[in-house]
Amino acid sequence: MLAPRLIPCLDIKDGRVVKGVRFQNLRDAGDPVYQASIYQDQGADEIVILDISATPEGRGHAVETTSKVRQVLSIPLTVGGGVREVDDVAMLLEAGADKVAVNTAAVERPELLSELAAQFGSQCTVVAVDAAERARVGWEVVVNGGRTRTGLDVEGWVDSAVALGAGEILLTSWDRDGTRSGYDLDLIAAVTSAVSVPVIASGGADSSRHLSEALRHGASAVLIASILHDGETTVATLKRELLTTGQEVRP
Amino acid sequence: MSTEVVVVPTGTANTASVLAAFRRLGANPRLAGPSDDLRRIDRLVLPGVGAFAPAMEQIDAHAWRDALVTRIDEGRPTLAICLGMHLLCAKSEENPETDGLGVVPATVTRFPVGVSVPQLGWNQVEPGPDCRFLEPGWAYFANSYRLDSVPDGWKGARTSHGGSFFSAIERDGVLGCQFHPELSGTWGACLLDRWLDNTGRKA
Repeated sequence: MLAPRLIPCLDIKDGRVVKGVRFQNLRDAGDPVYQASIYQDQGADEIVILDISATPEGRGHAVETTSKVRQVLSIPLTVGGGVREVDDVAMLLEAGADKVAVNTAAVERPELLSELAAQFGSQCTVVAVDAAERARVGWEVVVNGGRTRTGLDVEGWVDSAVALGAGEILLTSWDRDGTRSGYDLDLIAAVTSAVSVPVIASGGADSSRHLSEALRHGASAVLIASILHDGETTVATLKRELLTTGQEVRP
Repeated sequence: MSTEVVVVPTGTANTASVLAAFRRLGANPRLAGPSDDLRRIDRLVLPGVGAFAPAMEQIDAHAWRDALVTRIDEGRPTLAICLGMHLLCAKSEENPETDGLGVVPATVTRFPVGVSVPQLGWNQVEPGPDCRFLEPGWAYFANSYRLDSVPDGWKGARTSHGGSFFSAIERDGVLGCQFHPELSGTWGACLLDRWLDNTGRKA
């Protein structure tokens, strides 16, 4: 049986780890290589690096960061943020990423997902979806760090993304990101019942109880950031807490 | 002198991860070049990410097929990872028209309907009692196809995902892993180290 994955996420800006609330008010949270190796030692099952640099110069650091992190990491590494073209993905894979996440570019040009799946395989192709609650019912895909609402229905979009070749979904609740108020469980349930590929739940984790809820609602993996960066808990502690509640994890 | 490890570029493989893993073990890994005689290389890695047919096309484009088949039949230290393990087989349902290396007379099949595909994540590896390199533990998988039978002469480890499949096989110095040892943490690093030593725990 596959064990659910606990995945620390490093948001990177200009080569440094940062953390904010709803992608705003960014604070410096350290060196990516150091942070990634600490989380690996704590028992992380995978590391996600999302580059949120606003400029092309800043994004240039992503390839360099990937390459440096790869040297110390013996667990899978997923890299995303600012990926526009097949060539961007090729560069990140060559630098040492195992999977690459695409977000805005896939919404603007969905065929990108088919091109990536054909060239690198679905197991390399992750679609990152930022979901914002609608005023009445359901969720809408937002892009450009939440600044642009697309009008796209989240369930419809993930369904097409998988049909095009995405092998995994990194699902972020834009409303919960950095708030520590728990994952959006209805969102997780809606997306995991719409697709059969693994879904990584993201946005809102504050405790092992939140992780366990997300897994019970169908997530295959949980992304964690704020609580780790602030040093309030460790991956090892979270795993121990999950084990005591009967939730199997990789020891 | 650190041990030289030569990695066959099969196209879109995650060679950076494989090279980094061997460097961390103190080995001296490099990519194979046109002047290499793959049959005579001491330690050879056949990595693999991507699809069966394009990877075999790469191998044939470099006229590497015969050298690979011979060295594997001779039991020389060869590590085949993920798609690389599929390439050892005769056929794969992924691209039924393409012939693999055929040193493992078996067909690679897709996971059954109803289980999550691709299998992405950590799963448990349970080796048979007579395995030399393989030990029980958690390994990282990223695959949609797998080997569900093991021919005579090969020893195997099993893993469960929609039923039991063979997550690794070994014979003499040859080790095929469906999982990614280079991404399987300390357990994976120890497995790579045993293969590098070519001693195994029961040698």
